[in-house]
Amino acid sequence: MATITQAPPARPPVPTDRRRRVVARPAAWIVWGVVIFFFLNLLGVVASVLVSSFGRRWFDTWLPDGYTTSWYGRAWEEFALLQVIVVTLEVSVLVVGLSLLIGVPAAYVLARRSFPGKRLIFLVFLLPILMPPITYGIPLATVLYKFGLAGNMSGVVLANLVPSVPFVILTMTPFIEQIDPRIESAARMCGAGLRTVFLRVLTPLLVPGILASAILVLVRTVGMFELTFLTAGPDSQTLVVALYYSMSASGIRAQQSVDAMAVIYTSMMLVLLVVALRYVNPTQLVAQVKEDPEH
Amino acid sequence: MSGRPLTHWRHRLAERGVDRQLWLLAPALIFVVALFLYPFFYGLTLSFQPTDGGPFSDYARFFSDAYERDTIWITLRIALPAALLNVLAAVPIAYRMRGRFRGKRLVTTLLVVPITLGTVLTAQGLLNFLGPTGWFNRILLSTNLVDEPVRLTHNYWGVFFSLVITGFPFAFLLVLSYLSGIDPTLERAAATLGADWRRRFTRITLPLLMPGLATTFCLTFVLAFSVFPSAVLVGNPAGETRVISLAAYQAAYEQYDYPYASAIAMIMGFVELVIIALVLGARSRFYTGSTGGKG
Amino acid sequence: MSAFSQLRLHGVSRRFGGQDALTDLDLTIEAGEFIALLGPSGCGKSTALNCLAGLLPLTAGSIWQDERRIDTLPPERRGFGMVFQSYALFPHLTVRANIAFGLRMRRLPKEETRRRTEEAVRLVRLEDHVDKLPGQLSGGQQQRVAIARAVVFEPSLVLMDEPLSNLDAKLRLEMRTEIRRLHQSLGLTTVYVTHDQEEALSLADRLVVLRKGRVQQIGSPREMHTRPANWHVADFMGYRNLWRGRVEQLDGSRATVESSGHRLLGEAMGDLQDRAEVVVAVRPEDVRVDGPGETRNAMSATIEVVEYQGRELAAEARTDAGQLLHLRTEQRIAPGDQVKLAIDPGRLLVYPADAERTTEDRSDRLTDSAGAPR
Repeated sequence: MATITQAPPARPPVPTDRRRRVVARPAAWIVWGVVIFFFLNLLGVVASVLVSSFGRRWFDTWLPDGYTTSWYGRAWEEFALLQVIVVTLEVSVLVVGLSLLIGVPAAYVLARRSFPGKRLIFLVFLLPILMPPITYGIPLATVLYKFGLAGNMSGVVLANLVPSVPFVILTMTPFIEQIDPRIESAARMCGAGLRTVFLRVLTPLLVPGILASAILVLVRTVGMFELTFLTAGPDSQTLVVALYYSMSASGIRAQQSVDAMAVIYTSMMLVLLVVALRYVNPTQLVAQVKEDPEH
Repeated sequence: MSGRPLTHWRHRLAERGVDRQLWLLAPALIFVVALFLYPFFYGLTLSFQPTDGGPFSDYARFFSDAYERDTIWITLRIALPAALLNVLAAVPIAYRMRGRFRGKRLVTTLLVVPITLGTVLTAQGLLNFLGPTGWFNRILLSTNLVDEPVRLTHNYWGVFFSLVITGFPFAFLLVLSYLSGIDPTLERAAATLGADWRRRFTRITLPLLMPGLATTFCLTFVLAFSVFPSAVLVGNPAGETRVISLAAYQAAYEQYDYPYASAIAMIMGFVELVIIALVLGARSRFYTGSTGGKG
Repeated sequence: MSAFSQLRLHGVSRRFGGQDALTDLDLTIEAGEFIALLGPSGCGKSTALNCLAGLLPLTAGSIWQDERRIDTLPPERRGFGMVFQSYALFPHLTVRANIAFGLRMRRLPKEETRRRTEEAVRLVRLEDHVDKLPGQLSGGQQQRVAIARAVVFEPSLVLMDEPLSNLDAKLRLEMRTEIRRLHQSLGLTTVYVTHDQEEALSLADRLVVLRKGRVQQIGSPREMHTRPANWHVADFMGYRNLWRGRVEQLDGSRATVESSGHRLLGEAMGDLQDRAEVVVAVRPEDVRVDGPGETRNAMSATIEVVEYQGRELAAEARTDAGQLLHLRTEQRIAPGDQVKLAIDPGRLLVYPADAERTTEDRSDRLTDSAGAPR
């Protein structure tokens, strides 16, 4: 039992102790083995796309016959990628901006106030995140088509707002909660009106939160397939939807140029990811669960 | 003259916490009503107004046609095992990794990659990697584990793997953050009372983690349930991976039968919410209060 | 924003979803007064302060500044300054910008803003720290910034919400003097919320004791200290010995009480009937140990617990009849000592026991006639 309860006081306490023992345990090797196996497969998935996009011809061999960059030029031409990327960026920027404008004030009220019906309102804001996009995407697209709003960029932006606004609300709430409400009271006692409190006191303090939720919405919007797919017209496809179309119509075009397009998409996402991780920790990209403070 | 009742109303509202600040909620409320609730109820009413037959004939049509009805089981057969595997595999790995160690940030960052890439790119990678001439089969063949290539794409397994690749990191990061939310001194306290690591895990950590696991399962299940691109791209969309979202999509965009598509979307949402309600119902039986973490 | 001669609160009340936090507060504040709102936590004192500040809308009543009704004004238009318990400094602004904030909001000319900020900085002696952020300051320095920020625009009323409770004991004493000094030298009108009776007694001109949202007593520190209005106020003002008893004999303002086997003579506080149930209140420092002369209210007791408190000892004794008793003395006593105790009848206050005492949460402070703490 001594090994459990006793750690020499000179060393840091239990965490070090636990880690040291983990290495000795066979179960730990299994766990690490599974993780490494997972990563190897992940690497295989990403690398096979990457290698294929540079391969001159690749059929039933370990590696392609030769290497070329010409698929990228072809993909750029064939899929009109410049226009697709421009659309993607426009859609993302619009969605980020609008969802922040709508979401941050709502997050403020939900974080700070209690009023009748608050739980119901909160639940309604949660629903779009809890439901699969296809479920509400099909009725939404139907409505948008009815009003002539789908099949173009406004439809794509509107549809993407549906999960983004709740996402902003969820991300911002803890950031707002950690600001002492008495700081706002203090500003008002100093003679600042509501607007001034927002602009001079709250906004500067919320910059980290706003950046975090902006980058999270950006990543999600660029990667959002279903809603964009259901509402986009030929001129309003984002990169991921264009990629899907080129894949499902493969056979018409060379596999490698689809791969080239996939690599372009991947690198765009990775750039966003690197930027994102400067402002948020990895778990926040997934969901709004409080993270341990060590990062 | 109106001074007195006005004051009265102001006092009544003040007691309930209602004042002008609540207007900040207005944009978000308008948004959620116009883009989520209205389309949803529009779809609901549309599903009761089929192109021919009585109000329930589209529902009857879905359930009487085995090809359509089976999409529910096909979806559940893919989504439930995938979600379950992701959560169960995440627990021991997250339990090992919850302490601090060098490279933890790297591991979590790498895990975010497949989530960020999304299902479309994963599908493309899986086609290359797991295909009959892909690296995976080549390794199996060259190590003589199998005699002929294992068929892992364009069937159930392709979809399943794509759900594991995107779903496991998601579940892992969630479980990890729930675990770090549990105060480590609780386990140390159990240790001083004579509990070995197995009992510390089963008696202290696991009960406190269960609500988090239930939530993780729900979120992972939602992701898996709405599987669409990978079912088309790496699955067999005409047969064993014809999932319900695909049926809804085909009704809307190939047959242009919006009432029928809405009916399928409603069925899909209903089935999903039933599963989630079951899991959350079970969750409420556990202790769900503070777990004393510093998060 | 102009100074007033009187601020009147009329039946100010605040309910939170059916719960009364503050009921019918009537109070008139004269210009230049230092008023302390005093009471245990949850008594409604902070609610009262926030209602006065405008941070919390009233659910009944009104507030008048001379002839102007102000309870409908938002906080920023009442022109009051406020100091918060947690300081509530703007973490992203320097000390200078924090202090200047109120002047900026009033759009004063740059030159005047600068001059008055410097003045306030000198007043709280933070000249060396003006360019630091609040996070770089100690608790006491942060509190000085908070005070400077609240007084720099010469508010007609300064509200302080337990401003010293986050400081350690030594700093608390220093800042107490500082606050009183500022109040006098700047000619401020101050409303000060605290749960510390000693702090309230030493600072305020007038005290308002609240309990469960209702005013118990309004009066000068001396009145509060020597003649609490009821036994709850007595309890709060440091009368640690609270015993149940029954009136045996009434003789003008004097009452003889039977309490846990003792016959005690004391001062009747309020309307007492013969045979009525009463609460007897005595301060520990008014219990005399082996004192010469005083023979009334004498009892013999055994010392049980002794705490060393510098010049004095605080002790718990049990009388021969079994009553537990708190006392303070400068004499050297030790556990197990047999002592003779006596209490001056003028310092032994007899209050009517209120009807709610059986359900009352503080009734655990009362000891019943068996002498054991309930």
